[in-house]
Amino acid sequence: MNENAKLQVTLLTGRTIEQGVGKERGKASMEYMESVSVCYMDPEDLRRLGVKEKANILVSTNYGSVVVKALKSLRTPHPKIIYIPYGPWANVLVDPETHSIGMPSFKGIPAEVEPALDKPLLNMKELLKEQFGKE
Amino acid sequence: MPVVKAVTCPVCGSLCDDIELTIEDKEIVKVKNGCAMCESKFLNYNGKHRIRKPLIRKDGKLVKATLKEAVRKTAEILAEANYPILYGWSSTSCEATRVGLELAEEVGGVIDNTAVVCHGPSLLSVQEIGISSCTLGQIRHRADLVIYWGSDPWSAHPRHIERYTTFSEGRFERSEWRGYVAKIKASIGRKKIESVLRRLFLKKKPTVPSSYLEGRVCPTISREGRKLIVIDVRRTKSAEMADYFIQVEPNKDYELLQAFRALIRDQELDVDKVAGVPVEYLEEVSDAMVGCNFGALFFGVGLTMSRGKLRNIDAALSLVRDLNTRTKFIIMPMRGHFNVAGANTVSTWQTGYPYAVDFSLGYPRYNPGETSVVDVLMRKESDAALIVASDPVANFPRKAAEHLVENPLVVVDPHMNATAHMADVVLPSAFVGIEASGTAYRMDHVPLPLKRVAEPPRGVLPDEEILRRILSEVRKIKRKKQVAAEAQ
Ligand code: SF4
Repeated sequence: MNENAKLQVTLLTGRTIEQGVGKERGKASMEYMESVSVCYMDPEDLRRLGVKEKANILVSTNYGSVVVKALKSLRTPHPKIIYIPYGPWANVLVDPETHSIGMPSFKGIPAEVEPALDKPLLNMKELLKEQFGKE
Repeated sequence: MPVVKAVTCPVCGSLCDDIELTIEDKEIVKVKNGCAMCESKFLNYNGKHRIRKPLIRKDGKLVKATLKEAVRKTAEILAEANYPILYGWSSTSCEATRVGLELAEEVGGVIDNTAVVCHGPSLLSVQEIGISSCTLGQIRHRADLVIYWGSDPWSAHPRHIERYTTFSEGRFERSEWRGYVAKIKASIGRKKIESVLRRLFLKKKPTVPSSYLEGRVCPTISREGRKLIVIDVRRTKSAEMADYFIQVEPNKDYELLQAFRALIRDQELDVDKVAGVPVEYLEEVSDAMVGCNFGALFFGVGLTMSRGKLRNIDAALSLVRDLNTRTKFIIMPMRGHFNVAGANTVSTWQTGYPYAVDFSLGYPRYNPGETSVVDVLMRKESDAALIVASDPVANFPRKAAEHLVENPLVVVDPHMNATAHMADVVLPSAFVGIEASGTAYRMDHVPLPLKRVAEPPRGVLPDEEILRRILSEVRKIKRKKQVAAEAQ
C-alpha cells in the first residue's frame, strides 16, 4: 500500500437499489448503514490508491471528511469519479451552497480520497455523535 | 388466505397500483408484482425499528411518554417559536399535508417539502418556461423513444421501465424486453470472444470508451420499435439496457443540452466534442429524437443537483419545446418519494406555491433561496422544527443539519431514523398506504388512493390525526395566551 497516495476526484451522491431496500427496512437497520457508508470507485483508482476492495478510505471535501468503505463499481470506466449513496456519511461531504434557489449541491463536488486503514468506520450512532455531539 | 389486489405501493414516485398482498393473521406475508424496495417495505415495515411509543427527551435521553404529553409538548414548542420549520410531507398523504399547512399558518412558520432538495429547481424552471407533459399511460401506449437523463430508474424507480416505458406492452408500441434479452446474450458472447482474442493475441484494451464503441457495434437506432437513450455521468444499470448511452462529463449537462438544441435545428457545431462526447455521436442521437413519433424525456436529480441546477432544467424544457416543432415530445421529472408530487400539489392549491412557503408575515410568501428550509437553517434563523415523514439529518448537508438539531425538534415518523435520534419529541405514526388510507399523486400528477391493509400498533395514529391534535392543542395555548393578555 502506498501510504501517501492521495487522489483528486469528483464526488457524486445518489441513490442505489441497496440504499432503497435498506431504507425501507428501517433507517436504524444494519442493511441501511451498510448500504450508505460505502464509496463506489473505479477499480483502476483503487489500484492507484494502493488499497483493496472493502478497505477503509478517507474522503475529504471543503466541507468535511469521513471514513467509508471502498467498493469497486460494477460498471466502468469512470476514472476519478466516486459515488457515495445518499445518507449521513455523504452529507458530511456535500456542498451546502444553494446558489440562491434552495438546492444544495449534492453532485459534482471536488474531493480527495486517501487510504485510511488505521481509521475506524463509525456506525450511525457514533457518526451522529461525532458530527452533532448529540445522542 | 385473503389477497388484497390493486394496492398502491407507497415507496417511489412511480406509485405502482397493481400490487397484490397476501395477508395471514393480520400480517402481510407475500407481495406480488412489487420490486425489491416495495417488498422490503411491505414485509419489514413492522420490524424492530418501529417506534411504538411516543418519546420525550429528558436529561439528554429519549424516554417513553404518553401521546397526550408528547402532543402537548409539541404544541408548546411550536406555539412558543417565532420562526418554526415544518418540513417533510412527501411520504405521507395529501390529507396530512393539508393539516400541516393549516398548522404552519397558525404558528407562522416556514413549511417546506422534500422537493426543495430534489426537484425544487425543476418546479422553478417550469414556472419560468412551462412544460409539455402527459400521463404515464399515454407514454406506455404511444412513446417510441424514451430518454432518461440524469436518472437511473433501475435503482431509484425499479419498475418504471417495465410499467410505463420501453419494456411495457403498449397498445400501439410493443415491449422491447425480448430484444434486450437477446442483446444481453449477444454481449455476453461478444465479451467471451473478446477475452479469447485478447488471450490469443495479447491485444490491449480498446482505447475508445466502451460506451461509444458499443453504440457503433450495435447501430440499433435505425431499427424499428421502441428506443431507449440514457444520458448520465455514470454507466448505470439502466445505461446497459439503452440503445444509446451518452456518458456526459460531470457538471456539463447544460452544454450537452444546448448542443442538442442546436443539432435538432440542423445547425453545425464547430467543435469535435461536447461534454466529452464526440459530436458525430450526438448527431446520430439527435436524428433519433427528431425522427421519432412520440418521444418522452424523463429527467432525474442528476440534472437538478449538479452545476447549473435550474438552468439545466430550463435547457431541458426548452429542448423539448424545440423538439415539438419537429415531432411530438414530452418531458417529466422522475419524482422520488411516493407523494412528493402530492405535497407540491396540496401546497399549491392551499397557498399558491409548491414548496418553501413562509407564513411568518401572516400570509404565504415564496422565495426559494430565502424561504427554503436549507437556507433558513444555514442562516440559523429557525427556532423550532417539526419533521413529518422525513429524515433531514440523513439528507441535508451537515452544516444545515447542525442548526436543525440545535432547535427544539419534533419528529413524526413510523421508524426510528437519524433525525428521530436527535429529536426532543418523537411521535410514532401509522404507515400511510399500509396502516392508513389517503391520497397520493403519481409523478405525472395522477392522484391514486392509498389503501389501509393492516392495523397500526395499538395507540399509534395516522399523521393526519396526530397533526390535527397538535393543531387543536396549539390553538388552545394561543387562546389562553390571548385571554391572559386581554386580562392584563
Ligand atoms: S417502482 Fe416504485 S412504486 Fe413501483 S413497486 Fe417499485 S418502489 Fe413501488
